[in-house]
This record gives sequence, C-alpha cells and structure tokens, in this order.
Amino acid sequence: MIAVHNLSKTYTGNTVLNIEHLEIEKGKSFGLVGNNGAGKTTLFSALLDLIQPTTGYIENNGIKVNSSEDWKSITAAFIDESFLIGYLTAEEYFYFIGELRGQNKADVDALLSKFEDFFHGEILGKKKYLRDLSKGNQKKVGIVATLIGNPEVVILDEPFANLDPTTQIRLKQIIKELSADPNVTVLVSSHDLMHVTEVCERIVVLDKGIVVKDIVTSAETLKELEEHFGKNAIADTVEEANQ
Amino acid sequence: MVKHFVSLQWKSFWRSASMSSGLFMKIFMAFWACWLALMSALGGIAFYKLVKEKLELDPLETLNRFLIYWWVGDLLFRYALQKMPVINIKPLLLLPFNKNKIVSFAFGKTVFSFFNVIHAFFFIPFSLVLIKNGHPVTNVLLWHLGLIALAYANNFLNILLNKKDNLIFLIGGVLAIFGGLHYFGYFDVTVYTAPFFQGLYDLGWMVFVPMAALIVLIALSFRSFTSDLYLDAGLATKSKDIKTENLDWLNRFGRTATFLKNDIKLIKRNKRAKSTVLVSVFFLFYGLLFFTGAVEAYDGPVWKIFAAIFVTGGFLLSFGQFVPSWDSSYYPLMMSQNIKYKEYLSSKWWLMVIATLISTVLASGYLYFGWDVYLAIIVASIYNIGVNSHVVLWAGAYVKTPIDLTSNKKAFGDKQAFNTKTLLLSLPKMALPMVLYAIGHYAYSPNAGYALVTIAGIAGFAFKDAVFTKIEKIYKTEKYKTLSAYKQKN
Repeated sequence: MIAVHNLSKTYTGNTVLNIEHLEIEKGKSFGLVGNNGAGKTTLFSALLDLIQPTTGYIENNGIKVNSSEDWKSITAAFIDESFLIGYLTAEEYFYFIGELRGQNKADVDALLSKFEDFFHGEILGKKKYLRDLSKGNQKKVGIVATLIGNPEVVILDEPFANLDPTTQIRLKQIIKELSADPNVTVLVSSHDLMHVTEVCERIVVLDKGIVVKDIVTSAETLKELEEHFGKNAIADTVEEANQ
Repeated sequence: MVKHFVSLQWKSFWRSASMSSGLFMKIFMAFWACWLALMSALGGIAFYKLVKEKLELDPLETLNRFLIYWWVGDLLFRYALQKMPVINIKPLLLLPFNKNKIVSFAFGKTVFSFFNVIHAFFFIPFSLVLIKNGHPVTNVLLWHLGLIALAYANNFLNILLNKKDNLIFLIGGVLAIFGGLHYFGYFDVTVYTAPFFQGLYDLGWMVFVPMAALIVLIALSFRSFTSDLYLDAGLATKSKDIKTENLDWLNRFGRTATFLKNDIKLIKRNKRAKSTVLVSVFFLFYGLLFFTGAVEAYDGPVWKIFAAIFVTGGFLLSFGQFVPSWDSSYYPLMMSQNIKYKEYLSSKWWLMVIATLISTVLASGYLYFGWDVYLAIIVASIYNIGVNSHVVLWAGAYVKTPIDLTSNKKAFGDKQAFNTKTLLLSLPKMALPMVLYAIGHYAYSPNAGYALVTIAGIAGFAFKDAVFTKIEKIYKTEKYKTLSAYKQKN
C-alpha cells in the first residue's frame, strides 16, 4: 500500500530522516515508535506531502504523493490540532470533512452514532467551538474525523497522548477493528510501547531518522522494545559518565 | 530580578517570528516609524505658525479646544490597537516572583509603548515653539506635564476598559455624535472642555487634577490586575455558549458551498475576520472626503474613481489580501484533504463579490451628491468585481503571514503584503482604473472615462478562469513554503 524509496530529509545539514526502503502492506496495522526527534512526525508529514523530501519519494497505493493528488481521496490523517478548524463546533467540523469526502449528513450521523461511547457525551451537542475544547476532547474529534468517508489509509500521530484511560482503551478497540478490515491500512505512532504492541501487527523503531528495528508483533515484542529503549537509556548514562 | 524581566522581554522581541522576517520589512517598518515621528515633530512646529498666521488665532487656545478630541481619539485608538501586557505572564506565575513585581513589570512595559511615545513627538516641539515665542516657561511646562499625565491616564484607562467588550462602539459613537454636532454647528462640546486644558496653562495647580486621576487609575488597574492573576480569572480565555449553525441554503452554490459555509462562519466567529467587515463599513464613508469637497487636493475628477474603488471594495481589499492566510491555522488539514483548489478559491471570490454588491447598494446614499457620483461608484464596483477580485487573490497567493484569528490586536497591522510582488500587483488595483478614466475623461468626456473602466471590468471576467489557473499554480509551487511559514506562530 505504502512504499518509501530512498527517503531522506535534511534541515541545514542535519539529517532528520533517512529511510532507504520501507514497504507497508495493505490491510495491516503499522506502528512507529521512537524517542523525540526520531523522525516519526516527519515521516508522516512527508507521507501526506506536507513537507518536501530532500531525496527520494513515497508512494501511496502506487501514486507518488508529491506528483499527483489522487491519494488524497483514500487517505485520512490526524497529526495535530492544525487538522482541526477551531471556530467550528464538532458537528460542523464532521459535516465539513464529510462534504469534502463526499458523504452527506446522514452518512456522517450514522458513523458518529457508532462512536457515542468513545465521545463519552463530551463532544456532540456541546455548545462549544473546537478551540475551546480540552486537548483530549480535541483529539477525540480529530481521530473520529479521520474515519469519515471510509478511507483506505488512516494515519494517526500520537493518538493516545492526552487521552484519559477509558478513552485509550476504547481507542485501542477502534484501531483493532479498523485493522481487521482487509482494505484499511492503519499507521500509528506512539511513545507508549504497551499500546502500540497491543494494536499493531508490525512495529518499526526509528532512531534519529533511521530504521533500527522492524518487528512483526509477537508475545515477546513488548519485552524486546523495552529492552531496546532501556539499553538506550543505559548507554546514554554510561556515555555521560565517561564524559 | 528586573534584569531577568528585561532580558526576557528583549529576547521575546528579537526572537519573535515577525522580527525574523526579511530585512526589507525591517527597513520598511523603521522607515514608517521615523516618518511618523518626523511628521509629528514637523506638525508640532508648523501648527503654531499656521494657526497664528493663516487663521490669526492664538495657537495654544486653538489647540486646547481640540485636545478633548485628541484625548478621546487616543483612547479609542489604544482600545482598538494597543496590546494588553498579559501575554507573557502565564509562565512567570509559578516562578518565585512577587505578583506585584510581575504586574509592575507588565505595566512598566506599557509606559514605553509606541502609543505613549508618539505624542511626545508632537507636543515637545510644540512646547519648545511656545517657549521660544515668549510663553512663560513654567506655565508651558505645567501644561505639558498635564498632557503627559492625560496620555498616561489613557494608557491605564485602556488596561481597565479592555476587559469590557463593545465599549469601543459606545465611546466611538459618543465621539462621532459630538464631532458631528460640532461640525454642523449645533453644539460645541469644546466650549466646555477647552477651559480645562487652558486651565492647565493658566492656573498652575490645575495640573494636579490629571496627576491625581493618573495615580488613581494606576492604583485601580494595579489592584484589578493583581487580583486577576489566576488562570480562571484575568488570564482565562473566554468561551461563550454557541449554537451549531445550519447554512444549508447555501448548497445551491454546489461544491463551492462547502467552503462558502465555512467562510461565513470564519467571518462571524473570529474577531480578526470580523474586523475586516468593520473596515469595509469605514471605507463606505471614505468617499465623503472626496465627494463633499472637504479635501481640496482630492477635487480632480480622477479621484472620484479612486474613492469609488475604496467605497465599494473595502471588504474585497481587506479580506482578499489575506487569502489563504485566513485558513493558516488549519492549512495542513486543507492540504491533505481532497480539495479542488479552484472551488476553494471561488468560495472566497463569491464572498468578495457579494460583499462588493452589498457595499454598492449601501453606497446609494451617495446619490445625495448627484447621479454622477453614484455612476462612478457603480463603475468602480464593476471594476472591483471584474478585475480587482482576481488581482487581490493573486497577490494574496504570495502572502505567507499566519493569521491568529482570535486576536485583532496587532500594533502595526500585519507585516503582510509588503513584498515586491504584491506591491507591483497593487498597481492595477488603484492606478489602472484611474488611468483608464483619465484617458477617457480628458480625451473625450467623463462618460467615455466611465465606459473605459466598465469595459476593463467586464473584460476581467473573461480572464477569471485563466487567473484562477495561474493562482492554483502559484499555490502548488509555494505549498511547502507556505506550510512551514504558517507553522510559525508568534
């Protein structure tokens, strides 16, 4: 579904992303883990053609993202609050996205009714603009909006951050259901190793822009990841001590 | 402690996103600041001479008569433009500072604000001229001191009043009514206020009145500010209960309706966007300067077209120049959705066309000055719709200033369109219709001039698609630059 070819991104001599080859199969759920500055958001932004790669390119469903826009109709993403329109209410926002994706109000309402649990009565029918909602509630709106119009690729950057425990559990359920659909490819990034191992069938670890691990999730994955990041922490301490 | 505050302020000034804009912009701003200061200083010197020799009145008394308008006008100006010192307070709350110190610093900062300093450029030269012309030094100094106190009283009054919404309309309304009554000779408010300002000069002790007022205002605003230093009080952002709106009747515009509905909400719900509507209302009255013959320099026939362009195009010019910056806060969303750029553009275009038509209808009040004037307005309206709407959108494509929708306080306005491309593109907006009219007017007759401008306007429609395609191309090539520019917030 998604293929990364020789992708690199350099800001003033500082390479923040460098991936020679990465292929994500259709219908899979794909997890991206890494410390701050590992290049997760950069990769997602490049995938959405929001930044221009220094070298290489990304293909989405066989379409080069920076030369055609045809991938847009099958792709939905929520990266950060710049994907929300602050002066709309949640309903207005959902309908707006719906209209862009060729869904009428009834379609959108039908979809929203499935997420009443997830919203926990804090989103719909509230007399508030999105900019006045809490961070967590904004996130709920953004996540659900990506599901409007049956996208084939769903990209969520740090979807678990800022959510309360109940909502985190519900979100995991939602992602699992999504990835059960053989037509939907889900891409998730997270700092929470436990959540990612639970919802993703494949996990890639980025470190300073380079793929350092590529694991098919199994019972041992969590331990492996914890060891990897724990080792990093130890290595850093040793390095500091040596200095 | 104060050293810390000052260094914070220093950094926040020099490192702000707007400062890092191009060298050209910095020079441009510096130029305007110097220009304004110079003009004020010259005004201060020339005022004395002009009033004395041309009007044969006492300059000081004349100035004192009008000082009430200066004072209220200044307050209005501050209310609309001066930024409140709250902005950087939040991170300081938890640090081991005394709250009084934070407030004193925030207030101290306002003392050096542009809005306070600018008055000095007029009044100091004027006072010097007074002394040079034989007015007693002590009296002039006391008078001057009184005015300084009044200017600073405004500074703190503004801090107190700024919490109240809509007060600006009340004050502005009162000012307009008194100004109107004065102008038409029904009631002269200055008769009652001039003695006070004159008193500052004549009677030494009067200076204690503004001084006392200033001290009371400082104390009041200090107290109200300190007690409000809580996240849920003075530092809170207000949110009102609002309703979901249904604008489905707009669906007749087809695919464009999706964006049109959004744009209408954008204008209704955001301070910054609302103020463009206000600007267009002001521009409606702009023509009065020209058509009443109030300003001699504007009497030439060509100026009619100039005025009419502004009268009907206030919204078009002030809104259009910031497309697509209005959508800057969610530009990544727009860029990752399946959007036809032409539909997005044509929504903005329709909005400008509708606003221009409304302005044209409202401008029918100018019929009072004769058919000829209204004809100029209609012709300019056609030109605005046919040509300027496209040019404005085109120029906007080069503007990459993110807009903070929720705030309309920008001391110097946005550093927006001042790059060479947009400056060049502003020529056809104003100059071309004036030139066209002049050709027709002087070569044949006024009607021929109108006809030429109208033809240009109608011809503009023919290029709509071509221009939109061109703009779309610009947006595509500038996409990444725009995205990264919008990411930087102040």
